[in-house]
Amino acid sequence: MLTAATLAIFVAMILAIIRCIAGPTLYDRILAVNMFGTKTVLLISLLGFVMGRPEFLDIAIVYALINFISVIGVLRYSDTSK
Amino acid sequence: MIIIFSGICLLTGSFLCVSGGIGLIRFPDFYTRMHAVGVTDTLGAGFILLGLMLLSTSFLVIAKLVIILLLTLLIGPTTSHVLAKTAMHNGLKPVLNQALNSNTVEKNKETGSSGS
Repeated sequence: MLTAATLAIFVAMILAIIRCIAGPTLYDRILAVNMFGTKTVLLISLLGFVMGRPEFLDIAIVYALINFISVIGVLRYSDTSK
Repeated sequence: MIIIFSGICLLTGSFLCVSGGIGLIRFPDFYTRMHAVGVTDTLGAGFILLGLMLLSTSFLVIAKLVIILLLTLLIGPTTSHVLAKTAMHNGLKPVLNQALNSNTVEKNKETGSSGS
């Protein structure tokens, strides 16, 4: 089940990358990058359980915070550059 | 028994994540794409983290998973709200009628940004 969930997360990340490359507007790309970051947090947690090393959860916490800060920063720049 | 419940939670979360990705590809507009991602992302992450919580035995691992779950539940709706507010504020109009192709989205974006 852990391997199946990891493969499903991989498929969702590939679909997000496709929308990030082919997105018609800027906000589609930001949305796809945000979804990619959330799926990366889940992937790090799942890989920690697959490899038998749950210490990867610290990296997942830090990645969630960095993803939130980066998306808010890019959106703030986009809002004030009008 | 716990392993069966954990497998059900993991498979439900995987299905929700993949359906969010398919909705991100196939929906015609930015706001409908954001609906697909924002709805399925929070619930999919919650189910997968719940399955991992059922599977783990150490207290510290469960505490870290609870922290990740709370961060996800706090960050996801906040990011969706800020993204929708910024897109609407910068003049990206939603497609309302039957003309649902990418040319209409581009034209609406151009007229909205030049009008505001």
